[in-house]
Amino acid sequence: MQDFVQHLINGVSLGSIYALIALGYTMVYGILKMINFAHSDVYMVGAFAAYYFARWIGIENDPGLSTLLTLIVVSMICCSLLGLVIERLAYRPLRNSPKLNVLITAIGVSLFLEYSGQVVFGADPKVFPEVMKDFVIFSIGNVEVRSFDVTVLVVGLLAMLALQFLLFKTKIGRAMRAVSANPMVASLMGVNPDRIIAFTFVVGSSLAGVGSVLVGMKYPKIDPLMGMMIGLKAFVAAVLGGIGNVGGAVLGAMIMGLSEEMVVAYLSSTYRDALAFGILIVILIFKPAGLLGKYSVEKV
Amino acid sequence: MKAFKNPALALLGLCLLGVALNFSVNAYIQLILLFAGVNCLLSMSLNLVNGYTGQFSLGHAGFMAIGAYFSAYASTRWSFAPSSLLVVQYFVFTLGAGLVAAVAGFLVGLPSLRLKGDYLAIVTLGFGEIIRVALLNMDFVGGPRGLSGIPGFGSFLWSFAFASLWIVICFFTIWRVMHSSHGRGFLSVREDEIAAEAMGINTTRMKVKAFVLSSFFAGVAGALFAHFTNFINPSSFTFLQSVNAVIMVVLGGMGSMTGSIVAAIIITVLPEALRPLQELTGVDLRMVIYSLSLVLMMILRPKGLFGDMELSDVWRKYVRRSA
Amino acid sequence: MSDVLLEARKITMRFGGLKAVDSLEFQIKKGQLAGLIGPNGAGKTTVFNMLTGVYQPTSGEVLLEEQSLQGLAPYEISHRGVTRTFQNIRLFKNLTVLDNVLIAGHQHVKYGLFDTLLQTENFRTDEKRLQEKAIDLLKIFHLEDKAHKPATSLPYGEQRKLEIVRALATDPKIILLDEPAAGMNHSETHHLMETIAKIREEFKLTVLLIEHDMKLVMGICENIIVLDHGVKIEEGAPAKVQNSAKVIEAYLGVEEKE
Repeated sequence: MQDFVQHLINGVSLGSIYALIALGYTMVYGILKMINFAHSDVYMVGAFAAYYFARWIGIENDPGLSTLLTLIVVSMICCSLLGLVIERLAYRPLRNSPKLNVLITAIGVSLFLEYSGQVVFGADPKVFPEVMKDFVIFSIGNVEVRSFDVTVLVVGLLAMLALQFLLFKTKIGRAMRAVSANPMVASLMGVNPDRIIAFTFVVGSSLAGVGSVLVGMKYPKIDPLMGMMIGLKAFVAAVLGGIGNVGGAVLGAMIMGLSEEMVVAYLSSTYRDALAFGILIVILIFKPAGLLGKYSVEKV
Repeated sequence: MKAFKNPALALLGLCLLGVALNFSVNAYIQLILLFAGVNCLLSMSLNLVNGYTGQFSLGHAGFMAIGAYFSAYASTRWSFAPSSLLVVQYFVFTLGAGLVAAVAGFLVGLPSLRLKGDYLAIVTLGFGEIIRVALLNMDFVGGPRGLSGIPGFGSFLWSFAFASLWIVICFFTIWRVMHSSHGRGFLSVREDEIAAEAMGINTTRMKVKAFVLSSFFAGVAGALFAHFTNFINPSSFTFLQSVNAVIMVVLGGMGSMTGSIVAAIIITVLPEALRPLQELTGVDLRMVIYSLSLVLMMILRPKGLFGDMELSDVWRKYVRRSA
Repeated sequence: MSDVLLEARKITMRFGGLKAVDSLEFQIKKGQLAGLIGPNGAGKTTVFNMLTGVYQPTSGEVLLEEQSLQGLAPYEISHRGVTRTFQNIRLFKNLTVLDNVLIAGHQHVKYGLFDTLLQTENFRTDEKRLQEKAIDLLKIFHLEDKAHKPATSLPYGEQRKLEIVRALATDPKIILLDEPAAGMNHSETHHLMETIAKIREEFKLTVLLIEHDMKLVMGICENIIVLDHGVKIEEGAPAKVQNSAKVIEAYLGVEEKE
């Protein structure tokens, strides 16, 4: 039982990280109906930005809240700039192209970032700066609540609340939802879809930036291919929850985090990666719109 | 007999080319040419699904893996023919590899082809990865170590002739299907599923048919790959390999057979051709250039090299214009 | 009762809370040229979608020659002899005019994969027969000279006609035409209606056509079903429908609401 509670805590912590990345996929899908394969690599670049920045100003061995926040901000800025550039240079010229072309472009951008990363950062893993000491805050029996998990949970929650506020309480949030529902009508109502789309990339990418620092803190090895697997899982989480649906992405991410933790704990770790695809296939075949999504019927 | 005239001529031509290459280029280039042949099979077969039927598969590497593992396993364990008839044995195993992959294609296709667009792409990607993870966990095929010591053909000439045979079979199969009512059925699915159904086309059946036929030749390509490299492991068949196949189809032009072939050759040769650049600069920029040119092509020439035209159409257009 | 070809029994279509069609009942007799009319948004195309299996009715059933079509896929219904055209033209755009027609003939193809690969005698004769038949059908609307042009290259009116040809190539018992004259001028419409009447004679077809312009169908239809807000408000011969108070109200009422 105590083991189970411990796994629950770990699962939720993992789920929050997936959620931060899944939100980027889901927001871009909601607005452009495209899978932004490069999203996971934006996340990777965010981790490296934080790494180099920490070394540059010499805070890589200076754990504490200020270091954590500094690196999160730096990573967010770098990720949003990169997201903006990708959208502007690669995706915007293809706004009216067939879906296949857009998808291939996204894969191309993803490969470009991965291979450029290997050239620029080197293929070997780097050790992420120590942004916080990992200690047990309190424990009940054998159940330990560690500072990393609490930090991940708190930061993740704050980021999601901020997103919620942005989407539902601000003017630009309303415009984002309008463009997502119907870009044509939105533009007739005086919303500039291009600017809203660019803004969506900024928001989605900066969330990935937050995620990258949290992952760097928890699993301090970073390399240019670090985005691949976590990106894929976050993406599955988004699909599971109903891609395009913000609440769904968080729900899907939690399910993914928990089930992965449980499978590793009670079955075998070799199935860890197959699990994501198994869930994905089952959900798409039986409920293609995901848990909270709507499956649109083609009009005849 | 008339039906075999053109395929036989094509095979003869390719074999003559093989003889010429046998004496004119070194072993390294010869191996690359064999890979180009494998890629031709991959791109032609994927073109059937992605180009002609308008479905989006991102899991081609999975079926290639199944074919490769079948033929590799069979030829290391179940050798039945005397050494003089080894080619017959290879043919049987390659055929078997195709059939096993086709069965897998059927099993994967039946549930997933109800989905469209991005969703189908993701599900096929998922199945492709699951096949790979499954192979990774199967001890009797070596798990992560893979299978080694897979017998080959001994000489470039035999390898090339064998690849040519399958390329000719693949080309004429797909070409003839596409010039029949079945092929028109595939096209109708791509163009408008609802209209196709209303005109009596069983679109699900069409999609599964295309998928199964495509998987068959992916399996054949895998078998050839296994015999050419003599060693396979699960990491030969990653997501990147599937992406590669899609890229070849798109580069050649969706729905162009000859385009697929030309693109397969370009995609195989390009990274090798960029090798001198690597020696010059000291860093491996090949994949960076490769991915960048992919993005640029999508933006600047979204329909690929030939669009949906064949090489012969392009030729005719050019001649007519200049005449 | 055996002269009834197509029958709708209390068919209802719900989309969420909205009842697009409500307990609609009608019968189409063999050889009849019937019209389904009603103001915009009355649910006419939804009825077509239910008749052809694109939508499964929420309740009620459709019968063809007293056989239920319930649960059949659109292609199966097509095989039984119900075919259609589409209001917002759905041709196979990138294919040639001829290919569009040939695809509709696929259900009558006798050769298999083996014949195709070996280009057998069977394949060649059957393919030739298909092509000849397709060209013959194209001749009805004088489209045979454009057989090898892409379908999109045809002008709008001819695209509508090609849809009719394509539907005929399935060898239907009944053809459902969804606003076949949309976008045509008066004389083109008149000409089209004559051709439809002629096709009906020649192929011994039953025809059901949708039109929202009432005057247009009065001339040729023998039986007219009037739909408003998903409910049948009148049915009968043109003269009867024309003078029905309900029908007049439905048509005028729409304008008032807007």
